[in-house]
Amino acid sequence: MFNSITRRSGAIVALAVGLTLVASGCTAQAPEGSGSTGGGSDASGDANLAITFVPKNLGNAYFDTSDAGGKEAIDEFGGTYDEQAPAEGTPDGQVSFINTLTQQGVGGLAVSANDPTAICDAINEARDAGIKVVTFDSDTSPDCRDLYINQATSEGIAKIQVDLIAEQIGDKGQVAILSATANATNQNAWIELMEADIKENHPDIELVDTVYGDDDDQTSFDKTAALLQTYPDLKGIISPTTVGIAAAARYLQTSDYKGKVALTGLGTPNQMRDYVEDETVTAFALWNPADLGYLAAYATKALIEGEITGAEGDTFEAGKLGSYTVDADATVLLGDPYTFNAENIGDFDF
Amino acid sequence: MTESAITGAPTTVRTYKNYGRPLWRRLLISREAAVIGGLILVVIVANATVYRFGTPITLNYLLLDIMPILFIALPMTLIIVTGEIDLSVASTMGLSSVILGTLHEGGMPIELAGIIALIVGTLAGALNGFLVTVVGLPSLAVTIGTLALYRGLAVGLLGTKAVTEFTEFWTDLAKSKIGDTSIPSVTILFVILAIAFAILLHFTPFGRGIFAIGLNDEAARFSGIRVERTKFILFMLSGVISALAGIYYTLRFGTARGDNATGLELSVIAAVLLGGVSIFGGRGALHGVIAGVLLIGALGSALRLASITSDVINIITGVLLVLSVVSTSFLTWLHKKRTKPGGKKTVIPAAKG
Amino acid sequence: MTTLITPPDTAGARVLRGFGGFARARETGILIALVLVIAIATIKNPNFLFSNDGFRDLLLTPSILMLVAVGQAVVIITRSVDLSVGSTLGLTAYLTGRLFIDFPGIPIIVVFLAGIALGAFLGLINGALIAFAKVPALVITLGTLYAYRGINVLWTGSDRINASDVPKPFLALGTQTILFIPVLTIIAVVVLIAAGWYMRNLRGGRELYAIGSDPAAAHLYGLKVTQRVLVAFVVCGALAGLAGVLTTARYGTVNSQVGSGFELDAVAAAVIGGVAIFGGSGTVWGAAIGAYLLLTINRALPILGVEDFWQRAVVGVLIIGAIVLDRVLALRTARKLVEARDK
Repeated sequence: MFNSITRRSGAIVALAVGLTLVASGCTAQAPEGSGSTGGGSDASGDANLAITFVPKNLGNAYFDTSDAGGKEAIDEFGGTYDEQAPAEGTPDGQVSFINTLTQQGVGGLAVSANDPTAICDAINEARDAGIKVVTFDSDTSPDCRDLYINQATSEGIAKIQVDLIAEQIGDKGQVAILSATANATNQNAWIELMEADIKENHPDIELVDTVYGDDDDQTSFDKTAALLQTYPDLKGIISPTTVGIAAAARYLQTSDYKGKVALTGLGTPNQMRDYVEDETVTAFALWNPADLGYLAAYATKALIEGEITGAEGDTFEAGKLGSYTVDADATVLLGDPYTFNAENIGDFDF
Repeated sequence: MTESAITGAPTTVRTYKNYGRPLWRRLLISREAAVIGGLILVVIVANATVYRFGTPITLNYLLLDIMPILFIALPMTLIIVTGEIDLSVASTMGLSSVILGTLHEGGMPIELAGIIALIVGTLAGALNGFLVTVVGLPSLAVTIGTLALYRGLAVGLLGTKAVTEFTEFWTDLAKSKIGDTSIPSVTILFVILAIAFAILLHFTPFGRGIFAIGLNDEAARFSGIRVERTKFILFMLSGVISALAGIYYTLRFGTARGDNATGLELSVIAAVLLGGVSIFGGRGALHGVIAGVLLIGALGSALRLASITSDVINIITGVLLVLSVVSTSFLTWLHKKRTKPGGKKTVIPAAKG
Repeated sequence: MTTLITPPDTAGARVLRGFGGFARARETGILIALVLVIAIATIKNPNFLFSNDGFRDLLLTPSILMLVAVGQAVVIITRSVDLSVGSTLGLTAYLTGRLFIDFPGIPIIVVFLAGIALGAFLGLINGALIAFAKVPALVITLGTLYAYRGINVLWTGSDRINASDVPKPFLALGTQTILFIPVLTIIAVVVLIAAGWYMRNLRGGRELYAIGSDPAAAHLYGLKVTQRVLVAFVVCGALAGLAGVLTTARYGTVNSQVGSGFELDAVAAAVIGGVAIFGGSGTVWGAAIGAYLLLTINRALPILGVEDFWQRAVVGVLIIGAIVLDRVLALRTARKLVEARDK
């Protein structure tokens, strides 16, 4: 049945598809000179100040604020702002976006990493194409980014949360941690330091469990419920993520455990105001994410324009925040964490 | 014209054509040709209008991105042609990804871990096949169950952690290019598999059996085709190719996670149906399917580069899927209306007496 | 002439027969399994059942899945499936929040009606495509799953509805209890009773069973197959819409991913509850109990020491177990019928 006609027609069709592919590949290679060197090396005039923020995920109040700070900075120095992120905080989600941005040839990226090593290959491809990459909030391993903008030292962040919970539960009892995603660099760094701090300085506090809310509100809500049910003697919950602490507070507000179980962690004043005012939460900590994004944008600009190279000791101007110096490991430190409680929560709007 | 000896009426020698329609109509007025035409159209328009679509790096990322879908579309086509369906492919991908990750993390050399992952994929496909052919359950229900089961095993083994340390040689190989072009080397593996599947489907008795089962599996059984054995083999093939795609996905992204490739089965089925395979079974061809996958991939890539967000891309994929299936139905209805009794009237001249 | 001696049809005999039927029903088996799971979990940790929070959460969290599972059961009974319920739920949840933000002071009942209406409309699109184009439901609802989710994300952008955007009385609905039973559960149970009564006692419901058992025969018999299938999908969509409104009431925060993967749980709940995937048998009561069983197992696992990462795997085993059991029972019944016929 497979006479020469069928074989011939099959061959023609296969040839057509093959030709299409080769044709697109060939035409793609032709404009070699102008297009593919990409990125920030437009020799003709201004440096390419198109900076894109790639937070961990979309729909997160913390990143909305930090990226708005970045936008403010970018508008100040006349660049182009964009924000791209996956809907869920996964590393491979970020990789696709970084790849697309590499193809588009932006000038710089500000990334908050979902994993320390998984996105390295994509970032290095971007850097090979001349794009400057700065990490903020959550770092990657130091060899695959140009600079890291750290909001506060990890030790400081861990210590302040442990101190707050110890204060609120009388320095003894069971506590649990409600974290974000299991791979996030900053989360794991803080959790490790918290565990060490508790073991050394608070022998009567027992850390019973660490659960992951994946920076998703519903999951964090349900995980809080599960924690409270599984550990009836739980005295405190630490949630070093703004999504987690807001969801946990909302659950506590309508449950029997309100007032009996302490909750602290990292939260934004706007999200937590209600809960502080009705005493579900006593105190929590954070820094100003808008300043973090602002600084990250200025640092990226300094890299793109060649003002700094990320070596230790480089200094650059960051608009209204003043001048900053690069520390060891190509890190720039923003400042110290700040405690919010009933007295000062009315003073902030972010 | 000779005269018949009995009646004296002239007898003619009737000739029968090999096909009902001329070659050009068979080739160009077919579902597969429409998809290939659509693909060419999208590529040309995107080249012209989307900034930086024509760069070599675009083709590279495009192929790297849709490679798992290309791999899995091959056995999926065969399964859908027999009238079954396999929704558990993405979960098998995730499971093999996790097996690769945990074994390698536990110290096993990556090559051995990869082979074990392939074996696990085959077993997963065999379980599907067993439940469908031996127990006699509908494949939709079985694969919804195994979709949950395999994904659950994958997530259960690893939690929400991810394994990200892999031998550089293999992760580089997954992303390497052929010589100086921008075509990734994994395309070679795909082309070999595509040729193998095309030969299997279109040029062997096994493949003819697949079409026969799709058209009417009772009749196929009575014709001597071993229906159960064919379906079992197809599900096992689907399992092992999904495991292979899972290994590729892991090496390409450098991450083994329990929820890798969640939702990929929808992309595969969308592409296969777009490529002209009938959901009722019995009809389809591999070149249409490959063109369908490339079409969806190129469309997605062009839209992403034009900074159109991925949700719009998803809407377009969903609408394309619905249109592709509804259009077949619509065209059949149209065809029936035109040729039904009472439709076009043709006058048959009476035979000359 | 022989006289057949039949046992007197007293009320007692009828009750016994009914009880036997009840005892043998698939739904009873699942109910027993549910009670067992709750018992085991409560023995391990009395808080599971006996604390205020525990009892409330036990009844509350599965209510939303129950609504969607009931709608899904109606569709599966007609030999279709609706995979787009998760996306419909997400869209209506976001609509709920948006209505409260854009029209402050809007009465809650209007929001409920709007959510149900949107869900019904989305179900109508599905039903129209399936009934008129005669295309398999799997493919159409797969496409609309993609499309509706995409529309949801497009509409939401990177926004999200916060608990503070939603009026307090509405949020209170999510946790309020009347006589220890949460309001959401009461709503869900009322819907369940209505659906169960319709499916069993009204002609439309029984015709759905006929269509699912054998569509060709139903068509030849003169049943309005197209219309009934359309109604089934509209009902499924409307229930998913109602579930979306309740999700916003329960959780308060809505982003573009709400409801992702929910369709799988709904199909699982229906299948575990005895609804045959090939249509024609099963009840909405079974689907409701299946929904409860599914989510209660999920919540009981951590208490029994199993990490909740294994939840998905448990769901998968349950689905496969349920359909294998169905198949074995069907084969046995067929064999018995053949024996009775050949006697």
